[in-house]
Amino acid sequence: MAFSGFSDTSTPQPKKDLPRISGSEAVIRSFLEEGVETIFGYPGGAIIPVYDALYSYRDKVNHILVRHEQCAIHAAQGYARATGKTGVCIVTSGPGATNTVTGLADAMLDSTPVVLISGQVASNTLGTDAFQEINFIEITNSVTKWNCQVKRAEDIPEAIARAFYIASSGRPGPVVVDITKDAQNGLLDFEYKPKKFIRSYQPYADIDNDQISEAVRLINLARKPMALIGQGVILAGAERELQDFLEKSGIPAASTLLGLSALPSDHPLYVGMLGMHGNYAPNIKNRDCDLLIAIGMRFDDRVTGDPSKFGINAKIIHMEIDPAEINKIIYADVPVLGDVKQSLPMITERISKNDHTEWINEFRVCNNIEREDIIEPAIERRGAHLRMGEVVDAVSKEFDDAILVTDVGQQQMFASKYFRFKRTRSIITSGGLGTMGFGLPAAIGAKIGAPEREVCLFVGDGGLQMTSQELGTIFQSNVGVKIILMNNGFLGMVRQWQELFYNKRYSFTELVNPDFELLAKANRIAYRCVERHEDLDDAVREMHSTPGAFLLECRVQREENVFPMVPAGAPVHDIRLE
Amino acid sequence: MDREFIITIFSENKVGILSQVTTVFTHRNVNIESIAASPSAIEGIHKYTIMVKNDPERVANLVKQIEKKVDVLKVFCYTPNEVVLQQLALYKVKRSRNVEDMVRRHNVRILEIHDEYIVLEKTGHKEEIDELYQMLAPHGIYQFVCSGQVAIIKSRRELLDEYLKYVNAKYQRMMLQENK
Ligand SMILES: Cc1ncc(C[n+]2csc(CCOP(=O)(O)OP(=O)(O)O)c2C)c(N)n1
Ligand SMILES: [Mg+2]
Repeated sequence: MAFSGFSDTSTPQPKKDLPRISGSEAVIRSFLEEGVETIFGYPGGAIIPVYDALYSYRDKVNHILVRHEQCAIHAAQGYARATGKTGVCIVTSGPGATNTVTGLADAMLDSTPVVLISGQVASNTLGTDAFQEINFIEITNSVTKWNCQVKRAEDIPEAIARAFYIASSGRPGPVVVDITKDAQNGLLDFEYKPKKFIRSYQPYADIDNDQISEAVRLINLARKPMALIGQGVILAGAERELQDFLEKSGIPAASTLLGLSALPSDHPLYVGMLGMHGNYAPNIKNRDCDLLIAIGMRFDDRVTGDPSKFGINAKIIHMEIDPAEINKIIYADVPVLGDVKQSLPMITERISKNDHTEWINEFRVCNNIEREDIIEPAIERRGAHLRMGEVVDAVSKEFDDAILVTDVGQQQMFASKYFRFKRTRSIITSGGLGTMGFGLPAAIGAKIGAPEREVCLFVGDGGLQMTSQELGTIFQSNVGVKIILMNNGFLGMVRQWQELFYNKRYSFTELVNPDFELLAKANRIAYRCVERHEDLDDAVREMHSTPGAFLLECRVQREENVFPMVPAGAPVHDIRLE
Repeated sequence: MDREFIITIFSENKVGILSQVTTVFTHRNVNIESIAASPSAIEGIHKYTIMVKNDPERVANLVKQIEKKVDVLKVFCYTPNEVVLQQLALYKVKRSRNVEDMVRRHNVRILEIHDEYIVLEKTGHKEEIDELYQMLAPHGIYQFVCSGQVAIIKSRRELLDEYLKYVNAKYQRMMLQENK
């Protein structure tokens, strides 16, 4: 049996007057059926037929030629997270395919819907170590939500329909469809049926009324509850339902890194970001809570610290779409399995109206301590050197309501904590995998997905150099991203750990950097450097008023640390202010 | 504390499922003690029987991770007393009076007899197979091979039927809604 994977597919109807087209054209036409507008990709031998078909459709689909396949996935991730649609990539076999693995892993851990079409050698040469043949299915088993290999042209539409359905439903994730060259060249009678059902895959659990009742009971009883907002709220499009729930219950809410912007930063019930480098209040108060309501989040260890001490005095309600996350890290007293867009209103309807003013004041007291000890000194324009906090603050003020994209490291933590969010889908950052080099390509994808919005990327001098070849993509495709380079001459986050936990032994964390002005100029990108407090506002304004892409190099203090901080493995209430 | 579990996995008959399933074990750091694959009583559906010895909580999480695989229909996890377990072993041993006596006493099937050796088959529990091995060892075992354990649950019907019924009802509801 050739591609017999779809045994649950109903028998095909008798063929009407279907167009007879090539497998490659079927790939593109399937994309159009799924409403795809943009593809990120990179051509090569085993995918040339698809690129040839794309040439005929280039007025209907926008293809962005990246400079490295890893960045095709990251750009698709940025696109998906800015728009809520599925990101789409095409790459060739062998090295083209293996280059995507980091991107797939990132999308897997951060639940981002991405469909990747990879070329594969002709089916009669499979298994012969043919030129640019690798077993991509095997390689991607643990970094995809689903993958399949297609060896016959007639199986292409069904495989792509499955891919889009699986990538975007339930807990989203990356999907690979590996298509042999002969399948791309073969002919088929094209018919497209979007997928809505696969018997072995039930992405939405029926919500259990008993669990809802139990959750309602605990919420009504709680005296010191806290809600923990995860990206699940954004993925479910349940921002409205979240606000309704919080406003009726009066419960203070903290956010994970990926949940940021689901609730506006200035919402009266918002108390800050969770996690190792999160805000002081939601970490220190964790121990006092008597109820934690986790909404679409998975208790990453960067959020829980020592899990055995997390919410030690609290009952846990875990609202989650993925059954495998329930009881994985933190035992749930009440698991509420299902889509939070459905389950939240069921709870909101039945809880009593409440407010927790005194309890929220306890958070405010902590917020004030952090503001005085950490935030204000970090953003005030003082000291010999420019600092990351003040840069983020200045950009956030000037670019009201931009999409924040970050790379990984100190700049990521400063940006996510000091940036103010007004609406949802305004943060794009690599959370689960912590992939340096993610920022620049993700910003490209975000800007292409949401051209009407400003996209501000904060990136370190280390991270920029991991994917700086994409500056070329920015020029070729005219992508207007604003790049704020936080140049501290160090792999700063690692240096901070070396300073705090390894006796300041700065083992290979110092960077001797290239001339970033020349790098920008080489890619014909507008550039300015800022080193002094007094030039900051003007530089940020210049970046804002310059049309198109801009690289703002900020020469910041070399040895600044991110605080507060929960030491690795410690309980979150051991959060340190210095 | 580590305990023995029998995990049965029902999947679509798709190329590469076994490797998807074993990836979950390596990823979640659980060792496979034995594994057997076969068709199930339902057409087009494959069945894997995997034995593990591990911490109950970890196994419960592992089961959910396997079930999360898109082409896996359903995963069940049993303790040994919930199932009938069997395993098959072949022994190639040197011929001798002693061995032939032992064979008669132990209810072992003889598959082949040569001048120099004799091939024995034993079906039973893992302990019985080990026990026979210990007894034969002093007489010279040339070759030994043992299958993965297979299990059948003590309840009459395959539990998967219920899942398929549930899924089918869900599908019918969806189609009805769409046709409205
Ligand atoms: C691909 C990759 N390699 C290594 C790391 C480990 N790492 C985490 S943060 C960091 C330093 C980042 O330096 P830089 O980009 O300059 O940002 P900064 O922390 O200085 O703001 C490193 C090396 C990583 N997260 N990703
Ligand atoms: Mg740096």
